[in-house]
Amino acid sequence: MCLGIPMRLVKINGDEGMAESGGLKRAANLSLLKDARVGDYILIHAGFAIEKLKTEEARKTLKALREIGA
Amino acid sequence: MKYIDEFRDRKLIGKVARQIREAVKPRRACRFMEVCGTHTMSIFRFGLKEILPGNITLISGPGCPVCVTPNAFLDKAIALAGMKGVIVTTFGDMLRVPGSYSTLEKEKAKFNSVRMVYSTDDALDMARRNPDKEVVFIGIGFETTSPTVARSILTAGKEKIKNYSVLCGHKTMPQALRALLDDKKIGIDGLLLPGHVSAIIGVKPYEFLVKDKSKGCIIAGFEPLDIMQAILMLVKQKGPKLEVQYTRVIEKNGNPLARKAIGEVFQKADSEWRGLGIVKDSGLEINKKYSFFDAEKRFKLNVKPPKENKNCICGDVLKGIKTPEDCRLFGKACAPEHPVGACMVSGEGSCAAYYKYKARVYA
Repeated sequence: MCLGIPMRLVKINGDEGMAESGGLKRAANLSLLKDARVGDYILIHAGFAIEKLKTEEARKTLKALREIGA
Repeated sequence: MKYIDEFRDRKLIGKVARQIREAVKPRRACRFMEVCGTHTMSIFRFGLKEILPGNITLISGPGCPVCVTPNAFLDKAIALAGMKGVIVTTFGDMLRVPGSYSTLEKEKAKFNSVRMVYSTDDALDMARRNPDKEVVFIGIGFETTSPTVARSILTAGKEKIKNYSVLCGHKTMPQALRALLDDKKIGIDGLLLPGHVSAIIGVKPYEFLVKDKSKGCIIAGFEPLDIMQAILMLVKQKGPKLEVQYTRVIEKNGNPLARKAIGEVFQKADSEWRGLGIVKDSGLEINKKYSFFDAEKRFKLNVKPPKENKNCICGDVLKGIKTPEDCRLFGKACAPEHPVGACMVSGEGSCAAYYKYKARVYA
């Protein structure tokens, strides 16, 4: 149940956001997030953005994994 | 989809699996617990058990909220669904969970009084649209979910939505893990901790697992590559440590706004867990300031004492002492189409996962 889906924030209107992933659009409540900006990747759980996704960290994780044992 | 597909890269997963095999070679058998139901589902769905070395055993823990919700709570939700003028709103997983005497789904068929919602925002909307009805949200889930329910109560307070209330069955993860590890029967060498709980509470609340319980812990994401990397980190640990694998999401202190919302509306309370019994301070209840929105206070609930199916071993499955296959009901009296225990109902329950992904064996 603790599913969180990374989606891209495409519209903000106060605490109401619209997020998109793979062509699917979903309303996202932004009231639990500070300073959300259009273009941010956010993690959606039960209709709420619960955290921003740190894209640089994602890149670092993948890079580290590609490099181990190489 | 971005930030999902990359973490499902088969080649990379295979490579990490080889690394795990190399790292674990000289060591004894390892028993790791994946605490979260979403981890369990991912492990089965992507066949991770099959590519791990034989001496690493993954045990499912008590992190499926639907599964750990006890009959006593379900019976209250079911009683509400039978009350005149009440609309019960709930996440879909809860509909078919058997309480002592009925399910929400059966009450829905009888009274048309239950609605599945995707978010508390939907429940609030329903309350706004139906001012002549009482709309009750069934609040279950851990720290990932409780801030969203807290927000709904804060909004209802602000907008004076007086026909909205919450039946609160929220639980908190760290206290349950302490209780679980106090049980000497449970032999675990390390834990994969739920990443989305830590998105809210951060890292610190788990420090006791290393200090008092000497367990290695990795706060892990949910994609197969996340889980494999977390296992690699565990087998590489020299001495118990608390580390974060899910760095793209976790902040050290979690999400302050979400924690604030929880603190404003809820207070700690003892809570009953299926399998663990009553665990001190492991739940949340609505505090005095917001007690107006507490469904237990608003409605007089006449509920018979709860009753458990004696043959169901969900409790021991949730503690990782037994596996679904140890249960005599499994795959026979208890299957996803006619579940007896909660672990078979929830898509994230261990029994449902065993059944679905080993279907060729049980079908």
